[in-house]
Amino acid sequence: MTDNHLGARLVKDRVFKGMICLLAFLSLLPLFLILYYITKKGIMVINWDFLFSLPRPIGEAGGGIVNAIVGTLMLIVLSCVISIPCGIAAGIYLAENRTGKLGNTIRLCVIVLQGMPSIVIGIIAYMWIVAPLKTFSALSGGVALSIMMLPVIVKTTEETLKLVPYHLKEASLALGVPYYRTILKVILPSGISGILTGILLSVARITGETAPLLFTAFGNQFMNINIFKPIDSLPYRIFYYAMSPYPEWHSFAWGASFILVVLTLALNLIARGISAKWKTQF
Amino acid sequence: METQEKTAPGSTDRSEKRFNVILALSGVLIVLLLVGIFATLFVTALPSVKEFGFFFFIGRVWDATTETFGALPFLAGTLLTSFLALLISVPFSIAISILLGEYFKAGALSTFLRSAVEVLAGIPSVIYGLWGLFFLMPAVRFIELKIGVAPHGVGILTSSLILAIMIIPFSASIGREVITLVPGDLKEAAYSLGATRFEVIKSIVIPYARSGIIAGILLALGRAIGETMAVTMLIGNSNFLPTSIFSPANTMASVIANEFAEATGITAASLIYVALVLFLVTMIVNIIGTYVIQKISIEASREVS
Repeated sequence: MTDNHLGARLVKDRVFKGMICLLAFLSLLPLFLILYYITKKGIMVINWDFLFSLPRPIGEAGGGIVNAIVGTLMLIVLSCVISIPCGIAAGIYLAENRTGKLGNTIRLCVIVLQGMPSIVIGIIAYMWIVAPLKTFSALSGGVALSIMMLPVIVKTTEETLKLVPYHLKEASLALGVPYYRTILKVILPSGISGILTGILLSVARITGETAPLLFTAFGNQFMNINIFKPIDSLPYRIFYYAMSPYPEWHSFAWGASFILVVLTLALNLIARGISAKWKTQF
Repeated sequence: METQEKTAPGSTDRSEKRFNVILALSGVLIVLLLVGIFATLFVTALPSVKEFGFFFFIGRVWDATTETFGALPFLAGTLLTSFLALLISVPFSIAISILLGEYFKAGALSTFLRSAVEVLAGIPSVIYGLWGLFFLMPAVRFIELKIGVAPHGVGILTSSLILAIMIIPFSASIGREVITLVPGDLKEAAYSLGATRFEVIKSIVIPYARSGIIAGILLALGRAIGETMAVTMLIGNSNFLPTSIFSPANTMASVIANEFAEATGITAASLIYVALVLFLVTMIVNIIGTYVIQKISIEASREVS
């Protein structure tokens, strides 16, 4: 091998590394642009009035998104109530039955559910709840979102519990603790950080979800806390304002986006904090 | 401890059984949920399936007033936007996977890049749509004016660009995981023969991780096909067959988002037919992608042990 040849190979190596770095950081450009836009255009809009008053018709100055914030929180609570118990129980089942026909079928279903387009879930919630009750409702939105949360919770619960060492369970059983108590009092608490992380991540995922709300929760200009009535939410409000022709509403969309992004990022951060701080080490 | 002493052995036995049944039931519930979803879609789409059958996929006209429904424009729109998005995103996502999986496995730069990609994945789709409306659309319109096509601004190209940004995190994180699974001995052997890092990546890492990277891209495709809000806001809502990548169109997901709330009768059934197709396509794509990745990680764990 001549020196010249080696030089060419080294140059190629450098060029490649440079290209990779360039491409990787170029792909972050949109992220910074988006965050810049949201901060620049959103933060001007945000004040007490914006956070704590109801939307007003176009032409009237002021107005806010308090009903959307309340609605989003209600949707989160509703979908958590529906999906968490079932998700954790199914996750325990999968972790305890690592092989077997039923377990594998459930695993396959979880994969399919996780990849299912959110708009299809919206249609399902419409068919199951909106159509029979003949009204758009917070409940139907909550059901749609809980279907989206379910696979994430099942998966993270299963993965976390699989990491809990077997001798913990053996020790508990050897002391004469019944199986179900072992699971509930020994296995589950030792995996709590992973499960909590999964729940928070799934909440972060559904907080910004809009598509299934288009024909389930639907949106509502007024304050509503009845789960059988249509309800507003931040993502729906952003969509509604963004698609309107009024510049004033566009700036409201940025303001609502700012709040939504802060909310989802905070959830993600807390989730990461929990998994880093309480990381169960065996 | 005290409560434990109170439980008699017999009752423990019974609650044991009850506990197991509850666990299994919640698992079965998930299976039933999926079966229920499929059955609901199928039954409600049935009038349209009966009426249009296979011609649904090659019909070019979607018109509620004459009750003719052909989904070809939406199939074309979905395929065009998602494949264009993949084409745009692949160089970037592979670059990120190589950078994180090979060059910077740890350290401040890696943490920064990784969290930035995570943030990118966490931004809600409706916000991508909002940003696309006010940044990407004017930019695309500017380009369209320069090259002399009708300056819609919205359309397939705009949607593909936003989709590409949205799916980069998915294929990048899967790619990174697969690349870190490449056995160290293989790479060391190549280095000891005098290979440069580029040569190791080109002839060891990429070929070894190829199927995993492709599976990651496939899963990203599944996302792109089903993505609704950002596309709905940027695609321009035209029910005609797109003629170029600049023309407004509709995807399967966006037509449902736009029209389902007002639809009744056969129109609603046809929209649900579209949803059924969307569901089946994403299901197949996801199952194949997940299967390939599981197989790779099982093989890799076997090699380590």
